[in-house]
Amino acid sequence: MSAPGTLIEGNARVLGDHINTDAIIPATYLVSHDPVELGSHLMEGLDPEFSSRLKSGDIIVAGENFGSGSSREHALLAIKGAGVSCVIASSFARIFFRNAVNVGLPILESPEVVEATEEGDRLHVDLAAGTVENLTAGVSFSVQHYPEFMRRIIDAGGLIDFIKGSDLET
Amino acid sequence: MSATRRILAKHAGKRSLQPGEFAEVTVDLVLSNDVTAPIAIKEFERLGRKKVFDTGKVVIVLDHFTPNRDVGSAEQCALVRSFAREYGIKHFYDCGDVGIEHVLLPEEGLIEPEGVVIGGDSHTCTYGALGAFASGVGSTDVAAAMATGKVWLRVPEAILVKVTGKLRRWASGKDLILYLIGKIGVGGATYSSLEFAGDGIGGISVEGRLTVANMAIEAGAKNGLFPVDGPAARYLASVGVEASEWSVGPDEYGYSDEVDIDLVDVEPQVALPSLPSNTVAVGDAPDVKLDQVVIGSCTNGRMEDLMVAAQVLKGKKAAPGVRLIIIPGSPRVYRGALKEGLFEIFLDAGAIISPPTCGPCLGGHMGVLAAGEKAISTTNRNFAGRMGHRESEVYLSNPAVAAASAVTGRITDPGEIV
Repeated sequence: MSAPGTLIEGNARVLGDHINTDAIIPATYLVSHDPVELGSHLMEGLDPEFSSRLKSGDIIVAGENFGSGSSREHALLAIKGAGVSCVIASSFARIFFRNAVNVGLPILESPEVVEATEEGDRLHVDLAAGTVENLTAGVSFSVQHYPEFMRRIIDAGGLIDFIKGSDLET
Repeated sequence: MSATRRILAKHAGKRSLQPGEFAEVTVDLVLSNDVTAPIAIKEFERLGRKKVFDTGKVVIVLDHFTPNRDVGSAEQCALVRSFAREYGIKHFYDCGDVGIEHVLLPEEGLIEPEGVVIGGDSHTCTYGALGAFASGVGSTDVAAAMATGKVWLRVPEAILVKVTGKLRRWASGKDLILYLIGKIGVGGATYSSLEFAGDGIGGISVEGRLTVANMAIEAGAKNGLFPVDGPAARYLASVGVEASEWSVGPDEYGYSDEVDIDLVDVEPQVALPSLPSNTVAVGDAPDVKLDQVVIGSCTNGRMEDLMVAAQVLKGKKAAPGVRLIIIPGSPRVYRGALKEGLFEIFLDAGAIISPPTCGPCLGGHMGVLAAGEKAISTTNRNFAGRMGHRESEVYLSNPAVAAASAVTGRITDPGEIV
């Protein structure tokens, strides 16, 4: 039995390689940190219609180096604010990856899942068990677990809540 | 151990660290700006702390959308300003003290070799040129570090970049880093350190090294690192920082990979749209008609950059219809350029001289591109839409190539016109 909040189901929104933070949220919108406002411009640098087609609960499935470029956490706020439930990519850029851990955005690195997913496929993700099932294609995959240290931050709900009750406290 | 791991181990209170390990390290400097500080402040306040860990180790620079672009950016600056006042932040740069953060901090003597710097800006890696571990992080990390003085890190593998030979005419640190990114790709160093060594390093100026380290992130690296040699130690002494010399890379077992570059192979480079790895020698660049040329930024907004631009532009004019925007990176660079007579040369060439700001590099303001427009720029990213409309194009180069291109209105080898 998985813990509550670790089961995600949604439709895949497929993107390519090197989706950078300027594509996710163009810098001109970095004068707000309201997730809903930022979410209304999600992927505008790539496709201005993306956010209007997006449905709450959708899962972004992308190629290599997702989230490259700037350190802006607005990118993660926009993804969360638009209602995206999870991001699965072949690989993530380093700062985006740590930001996702720090703000509690579920992300999974799995080239196999990306390879086997097409636009609109229904995906079922079990974060605790580390599995992704493509319900449309009828295939399932095990994905790599987070290292223990990151798991503790994620389980706490992000870095700030982790620090509130941890040994990082000075 | 790689030099990066040696620095991190010292800050983690350990004798050694292995790649892949997680470590909590103490930080010597925590940086943010008018774009990343507002979220950091909001998260910091959630922690309920009465003070920051050290008022002398927190730096905030209002450089991205300043002078205030619009009401939204003005509100962000106002929020940051009141935080800086309330918490007694000693290194808060506002008004006429503003420079582009990564040009400004080394000049201010805030970067110490073998120190740990984290910043809510991906180009924080610039400071590795002075022997510091420096890495870009998000606002939440900045908030946590402002409160605790610590950051969690996954200990990186390291790639040794061995540089030999001498820079060619009109080539610079910018060309070395573009050439390297072209070779290893935009994900070529993801999660790793890029450590620079070899007898070719000595011939690259400290300003050139700041340019190289600045773009380590464009290869996905966690940090870029140079040793502290004679020139670096002299630079540090000139800004009031004591440093002893040390080298990178004697222990060949500390590195997961090695890349060898002979500078004789490094011609002035141009990165074509829309990835910094999409590099060609300037002579092989396509013949495109340019609408804008930008010389400046945290990558190439230092005195040496403006000097070489002036050398190319002297007695010449920007081609009709080309908007040539020159951005001295800090008040010190601005004053230096004025004193050396560079403004005269730039104004005669028809340039627009901007105050220090990140502005056009990220399509913020002070030089945004319309649909279909093309720019050559000494900045660090040429992603689609980076400088404005998503159907505009950015070509990256060094200041000499950018200046020569302004004169002809197409991508040009400076050797052709000087």
